[in-house]
Parts: sequence; C-alpha cells; structure tokens
Amino acid sequence: MTATVPGTRHGLVPVCSLDDLVTDLGVAALVGDTQVAIFRLDDGSVHAVQNLCPFSGANVMSRGITGDRGDEPTIASPIYKQVFSLLTGKCLVTMDKEPVAGGPDLAVYQVSIDNGQVMINLAGGE
Amino acid sequence: MTDTTRIVVVGGGMVAHRFVEALRARDEDSLFSVTVLAEEPRAPYDRVALTSYFTGRDPEDLALGDPSLWEDPLVTLERDARVVSIDREAQTVTDAHDVVYPYDHLVMATGSYAWTPPTEGADLSGVFVYRTIDDVAALRIFVEERRKELGRPVRGAVIGGGLLGLEAAGALQELGAHSTVIQFADRLMNLQVDEGGGQALARLIEQLGVSVKCDTATQAIKPDKTGRVGRLVFADKGEQLTDVVVFATGVRPRDELGRESGLAIGGRGGIVVDDTCLTDDPHVSAIGEVACIQGACIGLIAPGNTMAEIAVDRLLGGTSTFPGADTAAKLKLLGVDVASFGDAFATTPGSLELTYADPVAGVYKKLVVTDDARTLLGGILVGDASQYASLRPLVGGELGGDPAGWLLPEGSVERPNVELPDEANICSCNNVSAGTIRSAVTEEGCTDLAGVKACTKAGTSCGSCLPLVKKLVGTELEKSGIEVSNALCEHFDLSRAQLFDAIKVAELRTFSEIIERFGTGRGCDLCKPTIGSILASLYNEHVLAADRAALQDTNDRVMANMQKDGTYSVVPRVPGGEIKPEHLILIGEIAKEFDLYTKITGGQRIDMFGARLDQLPSIWTRLVDAGMESGHAYGKSLRTVKSCVGSDWCRFGVQDSVGMAIALEMRYRGLRSPHKIKLGVSGCARECAEARGKDVGVIATDKGWNVYVGGNGGFTPKHAQLLVEDVDDATVFQVIDRYLMFYIRTADRLQRTAPWQEEYEGGLDAIREVVLHDSLGICADLDEHMARHVDTYEDEWKAVLNDPKRLAQFTSFVNAPAEGDPSLAYVEQRGQRRPATPAERANGAVLIAPAQLEVRA
Repeated sequence: MTATVPGTRHGLVPVCSLDDLVTDLGVAALVGDTQVAIFRLDDGSVHAVQNLCPFSGANVMSRGITGDRGDEPTIASPIYKQVFSLLTGKCLVTMDKEPVAGGPDLAVYQVSIDNGQVMINLAGGE
Repeated sequence: MTDTTRIVVVGGGMVAHRFVEALRARDEDSLFSVTVLAEEPRAPYDRVALTSYFTGRDPEDLALGDPSLWEDPLVTLERDARVVSIDREAQTVTDAHDVVYPYDHLVMATGSYAWTPPTEGADLSGVFVYRTIDDVAALRIFVEERRKELGRPVRGAVIGGGLLGLEAAGALQELGAHSTVIQFADRLMNLQVDEGGGQALARLIEQLGVSVKCDTATQAIKPDKTGRVGRLVFADKGEQLTDVVVFATGVRPRDELGRESGLAIGGRGGIVVDDTCLTDDPHVSAIGEVACIQGACIGLIAPGNTMAEIAVDRLLGGTSTFPGADTAAKLKLLGVDVASFGDAFATTPGSLELTYADPVAGVYKKLVVTDDARTLLGGILVGDASQYASLRPLVGGELGGDPAGWLLPEGSVERPNVELPDEANICSCNNVSAGTIRSAVTEEGCTDLAGVKACTKAGTSCGSCLPLVKKLVGTELEKSGIEVSNALCEHFDLSRAQLFDAIKVAELRTFSEIIERFGTGRGCDLCKPTIGSILASLYNEHVLAADRAALQDTNDRVMANMQKDGTYSVVPRVPGGEIKPEHLILIGEIAKEFDLYTKITGGQRIDMFGARLDQLPSIWTRLVDAGMESGHAYGKSLRTVKSCVGSDWCRFGVQDSVGMAIALEMRYRGLRSPHKIKLGVSGCARECAEARGKDVGVIATDKGWNVYVGGNGGFTPKHAQLLVEDVDDATVFQVIDRYLMFYIRTADRLQRTAPWQEEYEGGLDAIREVVLHDSLGICADLDEHMARHVDTYEDEWKAVLNDPKRLAQFTSFVNAPAEGDPSLAYVEQRGQRRPATPAERANGAVLIAPAQLEVRA
C-alpha cells in the first residue's frame, strides 16, 4: 500500500501504530514530501526528527544508533557519525565536518500517541 | 659554505649516520657543514638488521632515521667514495676517484671488516663473508643458483659460532639451505654466554634444524669437480660436504688509513683515541669500531653511537667523555632469545651465580649477584630474555627481594617491584636514561609512548626496551595525575579487552544487562557496536537477534555496506576468490535486474552498488537460492581470504593455495572481531596473493606453510611478521585459531592486528609464546572457543530471510513499505549509474529515476 498523506501540513498526521516501533530501532516515515525519522526509546518516549542527515545529504537518520550524552537522548548519523540531541535536534558532535544540506542541527517534530497511533505534526518542526 | 667549519666523515656506516644526525640536531647556529664519504653505493643502513634482508624486508627497510637528513643543505653524502689517502699536513682526504676533500676536522668512522683466518681454499668460489648488503646479496644469488644446478637443497657451513655466525646460519636457513655451524671454541657465543647458556643455545638451535659442531678447527676448504666449494677438512681429519661456506670469524678495525697517515694504532689494531674520541692529531677524531678507546675496539652499535654523540658534543664545545662500553646485548638469533649483560661471567670476587635451567622448555637463566645476594652484577638469559629490559638497568643496584623471582617462570614467585633509579640506562642503543624518559613526561609534556619516543629517541633503534619505556611513561603519567584512560566512552570506564572479559565471566547476553552491571546511561554509537561485536564474538548468535539490531553499527545493522547516498552495496562470499561460471552469471543477472553498479573488489569478489534498503531481501533471496551466502563485507569480521591460483595450475606453485584459502575462509567466515580481518594465501615464495599485506598471510614452502601475522594495508601499511615456519595444514589452522581468538579477546576497539601486535606487552614474541607454548595457559579455551564458532556458523542473510519479524525492518518507510526513497538520483557514467552530485541535482542534469521496487515473497 502507498500511504497518502492528508493534505494539511499543520495538523497531526498518523504514521504508524506504536507497536510498529521496536525500542531503539528507528524507522523512516513519509509525511507529504518530508522524510521523518521516528525513534522509540527504552523509557517509552517517542521522538521524531528530520530523516535528512545534514552532513551527508542522505536520508538516513532513522538508521542511526540511539544513545545519550549526559542525560540528553541522542541519535548518531550512520554516515559520518555526527551526534544530535533527540530533544532539541542540536548537533552535539560535528566530527570536524561542515554540513552540506542545511543544518547543522536537525528539525524536531512534535509526536503524539493517540489510541496506539503515532501522530507527527510537521508544523512543530524547526 | 665558506663560513662553516668543514667536517669530513670517512665511512658511511651506522655510526657515521649517528654522527651526522646528532650534529645536525645540535648545531642550531649552522656552524658546521659535513661531508660523508661512503664506500658503499648507498646511504648508511641498519647493519644490525642485515639478516632481515632475507626474511623479505626490502633494502629500503634497512634505512636509518629520517631520509631527509641527507637533503639538509649542510650535509653532503658522497656514495661510492672510498678514501684512499689522508694528508694531515694539508688537511685533505682523497678518494678513489682522485677527488680531494679539504677538512677543518676529520672524523674516522671506517668501521671494521670481516676477518678470515688464513685457510687453504678460502679464495674458492662459494666462500663468503657476512658484513654488507652486497655480501648478503652475493650469498643469496649464489645459493639460489646452486640450488637450481644441484636440484636439491644447498648444504651450507658457517665457520664461527659467535653472534655473526648464528646470524649467517639463520640467513642460510632462510634461503632454504641446510646449515652447520663450525665453532672453534667449546660452545656457541663463547664471548656472551657461559657453558650452561651455550648448551641451552645449541639445543635450541639444533631444534631449528641447524647442526652445531663445537671444538672443531677448520683446516682446509676443498673444491668439488666444478672448482667451487665442495667439502671442509677439519684438524681432526674429519670431513664435511658443503656447497657454500660463510666465514664469521670476527671483525678487525679498518685502520689502514690511520696507519698510513701516521696516527697512533692500538696493540690489537684500531686508531687510538682518548675519552673524547680525539686521536693524537687534534684535527682528527675516530668513532665506532675503528676507534681503539680505553685500550680496545668495540664491535657493538651502542658504544659506537655513544662515541658519535661525544665527538659531536666536543666539536660544539661540550665536555662529555666516554663512560666505558656497555657490552650488554639482547639478540634474537634464528628466533632464539639470547641476552648477556654486566658481569656475565662472574669475575667479580666473591660474586654468586644463581642459575635456572629448564632443558625441556629450552630456557637457561643466570644472575650474578654480590656475595650478600642483594646487588645485581650481571646475567645471562637464553631462550627467554623477556626480563632483559627490566634487569639490565638494575645492574649495580639493589634487586629488591628474592632474586629467584627473576629466574623462575612468571607467576611462580612474586617478582620484586623496583623503582628504577633516574640514572639507570633504559635504551642502550641511544643512551637514554630512566630520568630522561621521566622528564620527557614531566618537563616536555609528552603524554604517550609515541611522543616520548620522538622526544628522547628511546626505543627507536632495536626496540627491545620499549616495554620498559611504556611502563615508565605509564607510571610517570599516573604520578602527574594524567589519567591514562582506556575507557571505551562516557558510558563505560572499562577498555574493550576488560569489557570482553567481564561479559564473558558474567555470562551476560544483552546490552541492557551489561550497561546496568558495568556502565551508566543509555550507551552510544561507540559502546553499542563494541558490545554488539563482543556478544557476536562470544556467542556467535545472529547480529540482529533479540535486542542486538539496535547495537549494530551502520553496516552490520542491515548486513550491507551503506554508501554515501544511503543506498547499499551487496557482496556475496566468493571463498578464496574461486567462483563458478553460474554464480558469475547470477551476479550479472541480479545487477542487471536491479540496475546495480558492479565493481571487482580488492578482495577477489564482486560488489554490487546502489541497492535500496527495501531491495536487499529480494537480492539476497536470489543469491541464497543459488547457494551463495553473505560475504560479511559489512562486518568488523573476517572479510576475505585472497589467494593465487597455486599448484593446481601454476607452473611455480608448490602448494594448493586455493584449497587452503577456501578452507580458511570457511573456517573463519562470520567471525566478529575488533576490526576487519583479511587473510591471504600464496602458493609459493613469489607471493602473488600479497599475503604479507594481510592480517594473516600463509605462504607455501617446499615443506609446508609459513604463517605471517599482523600485516596491514590501509592508513599505515605494515608487512606481516613470521609467526611459524614450515608447518602442516593442521598447525596452520591451530596457530591462526589461537592468534585470531587472542586478538579478538585482547585488542582495543577498532584496533587492527598490526598495532595490537606491536603494542601488546612483549610484542610478537610474547604473542608467539601464548599461541605456540601456551604461556598463559589459555590455549585450550581459545581452541574450544574457535571450535564453537566453526560449529555454530550460519549464513546471516538466510537467517533473516527465514524470519518475517526481522524482515519487516527492511522497508524504506513504515507508512509506505512499497515506496523507494524518492530523493535518490543518479547519472550515467561509463555505461553504469552513479549517485548524482549536488551540482548535477541542482541543474537537473540527466537523472535516472530509481529502479522500480520488485517485491518478492
């Protein structure tokens, strides 16, 4: 099936069920033309950031490794291993590289869980 | 140039090199220019390592120091410039080409020559000495030619059982010749070791296939019917057939220029110098083996280097004097450790000798101590000289505890822990004291071994003192409060090796248990893949099993290699590089169907690029159905075993290298390790598989296989070093099993075998003890672990294809599983596609739409 996305860019868009998310294994979702990376962490929280890695220009963030720096949950890009905050999208470790596609920080999207459905709000992204 | 003081150095050996290096390093105001007149047609080289010229090292590997020294505008190196006369009146020297060099100060560094006792037949073809690269090259050519002519291994004899004689015997063995050492004295190396040491040494060397004849005087060398060397006749009328003879009967100073120019000559030769290395002419110094200092010529490199430093110091107005020669030596002859230091023969009145001999293990150790058994005077170590670096600096100092602790095998008695005095000489090659090393850390701010080596030169020549230097540096850093951190990351204080042991002992199997027990927080992209790898090494369970998928690094996570645009490349295993035509066709068909870019890899297989995440299962299905499997090109694991075609087809091959390569690849496939591992197998000494550039290289010999370890391409290329020689197939597997498993257990994260082996305490020698002689008592465990790996191997691709849950993760989008990543764009190049550059995307150049997804069950 091909998911068609409701026309609004300003509302919550359902992308998958919470059960589709395996702890610490990110997935990518297509919300309109925007690729979103979604992560469920071991404390049950769900986070969404842009799937585009600013340092490589490839849509790969969903395939990175989750972790933390201090208390801040993080995601590391699978290409050149930059580390970003999952809370703010801020790039915490640049690995001495310059971003090639916007950035260096990631857009963070608002996530709600409604009745077992994971909902993303692209408008929250910045 | 006219403003500078002109120094001319006669001779281009190691001591001349040291002189120039020290002069340039210390003459900061550029007051001196120096011209080196070398007889040989090459720059100074490492004569001590000459034998390694046979073990596959290139002549360039013998180069000394930084080659840019010879490009310094104040340094001139004249090769092939043998000096024939000195005019001390006019202060000039003249070389064999009649070129005249004026000097303000002359440094004689002509070294010595190999002395041959007057013997009938010493001028026959096939008689050699062992001194220069040219000697060694001529010997090599002669032996190789004779072997071809004779159609059998060449018989060699070495006259002289000292240090050089054993070196030469080792060289003959390397060339595939049999060798017999003929020694006039009652034991081998009679200048360095006593009777017990000589016996142990002879036993060890005979085990390596070298025959030893002591108490034997050679009377004549008789020709065979071709007029070349044929047999030796001894004083007791005994005879021995031989095809080549090497004289290693000692060296004599090359003092003829000194004699002719009227300089004072010592009673047993050598240009007489005082403690400042000055001859009786204030404009002439002599250094190294040609100098007769304190009444004797010394044929060792360390005192020669000391003399070079003193000569430089004096030219620069310093006041240093020769402290007396340290004749301590640690050698490795034919792989046998021999060390002798201090008063090795117990000549001090009242001294006591403590000996330990284990003829089974081939070890002999003796310590000479004062009559109260407290102060170390000297010692001899044969078979195991690992304590040499610790003991030698203690000479003249307190042993600090029961001396037996130094003699008995490690662990049986606690070894005394002694703080070395600052004046203890740690690196005798470069004359570096413990104090100098300590101040490199405390004063110069060096924070690691590499920094200290660069700053002090300690350990940069023979390297035998490196373990001790490392220890001193570590202790000093700790004292200065600088943490020597081996911690993996902020979540684990343990190093990878410590963590490996901890997980193994605690028998933990999940990341959450491990981080709860040994770490803090959630982990990160450093510790998670490390633990994923350790778990895979320990239990050989699927990399995506249980909670492990989230631990795996980029490539392991999907069992393919992520490329720059986020697509993947796929490499099926081609064991040993041998591939059936139908598999070649299949790869071609798959590549066409999915429009994949194809390229032959460096590891003799085929890589298909540009597959999307969601296409991987379909591609694997095609491969697995046809009997192919994962090549682990994505893993920190065994990659490939490269081979040449070997004896089945090749006219020169002596063993079945392809068969061996396939056997090795099937044995170690899927083995997870701290970094990638590559192997190579060559079917003869021509080494077409470039096996010595691999972590493990196996090279065929007439008698079996040689196994080399620790080779590396990549950022810092290294040739693999010999681990064992002429072993059978079963031994090849056994030593590689143990070597790899030991590496897996003890290496740091992302540390390849070459640096691991270099940094492991005691180096390759210590590792060889572990894997061949079970010095840590862990071989049974290593063997069992590897056997478990071999027995439980499964193809990772096939396992995922059979598991719908894991298969579900191979989709582009959770809400659009059938849709490919729309951002991918390609252009055509040389008939295939490649990712479009940002510029090509921007100007809308020819873009190839992503291939349509093919969905398979």
